[in-house]
Amino acid sequence: MLSCKDVTQLLSESMDHSLPFGKRIRVRLHLLMCKFCARYERQLLLIRDTVRRIAAAADTPGEPSVMTLSEEAKERIRKSLRNL
Amino acid sequence: MSTPAKSDPSEWVKRYGDYLFRYAMLRLRDRSMAEDLVQETFLAALKDRGSFSGTSAESTWLVGILKHKIADHFRRQAREAPLADADLGDSPDPSSFDRSGHWASGPNDWGGNPADLYREREFLDQLAKCLSGLPPNHAYAFTLREIEGAETGEICKVLNVTETNLWVILHRSRMQLRRCLETNWFDKNTGKGS
Repeated sequence: MLSCKDVTQLLSESMDHSLPFGKRIRVRLHLLMCKFCARYERQLLLIRDTVRRIAAAADTPGEPSVMTLSEEAKERIRKSLRNL
Repeated sequence: MSTPAKSDPSEWVKRYGDYLFRYAMLRLRDRSMAEDLVQETFLAALKDRGSFSGTSAESTWLVGILKHKIADHFRRQAREAPLADADLGDSPDPSSFDRSGHWASGPNDWGGNPADLYREREFLDQLAKCLSGLPPNHAYAFTLREIEGAETGEICKVLNVTETNLWVILHRSRMQLRRCLETNWFDKNTGKGS
């Protein structure tokens, strides 16, 4: 019988490689009975999805953003380019 | 087919500065480090303008250079701060489980389906803070895996760890990050925080 602690480890692993069939089945069975582990899985997937969306939004050139270079940094970089 | 125009380097900072900065910030979470790498990227690009083939957009070419600089940075960090045994020890969150391995205090309900989180500035700040709370190698592994979408084999090479160790690192990172976001964001937003 897998404990919740084992299942959290296996849920994370399943996000990085596919688990062997037997383990996968045991995890799924556990999730059917354990609301905390099922919730844990949903939350890990939500975090993954959110982080990916953040990365995709930030990687779109021209998208307005709150994260910008400071004016000092811009000036410093311009100067270094001119002096090359 | 027309060749994408090379722009005047004096225009680069204005055109691409914020874009490259954002790219670096998301991965490094350190303003001055991100500024430095953006500067190094422009300098390297200027010295090596011949490497711009014109088959892709200029922004793509510049990001390619920045990507290398960021990877070099991660590699250097991994060399300077090799994994401690403690980083691979038992659960990162021992208080979550009782001695039989069952939840002592399970994850809280995060309420609804917060799909638009990625647009919220405050959430981004909190995520960055929580990531900074991880051991540096854990934060790199998580960043490479979830932001960069790197395969585990690649990450093992950068961090110089075995695949089994990497799974443990990622598990610990996710668990700690989940806990941190719950305490500092979700509990507050669903009214459970004090």
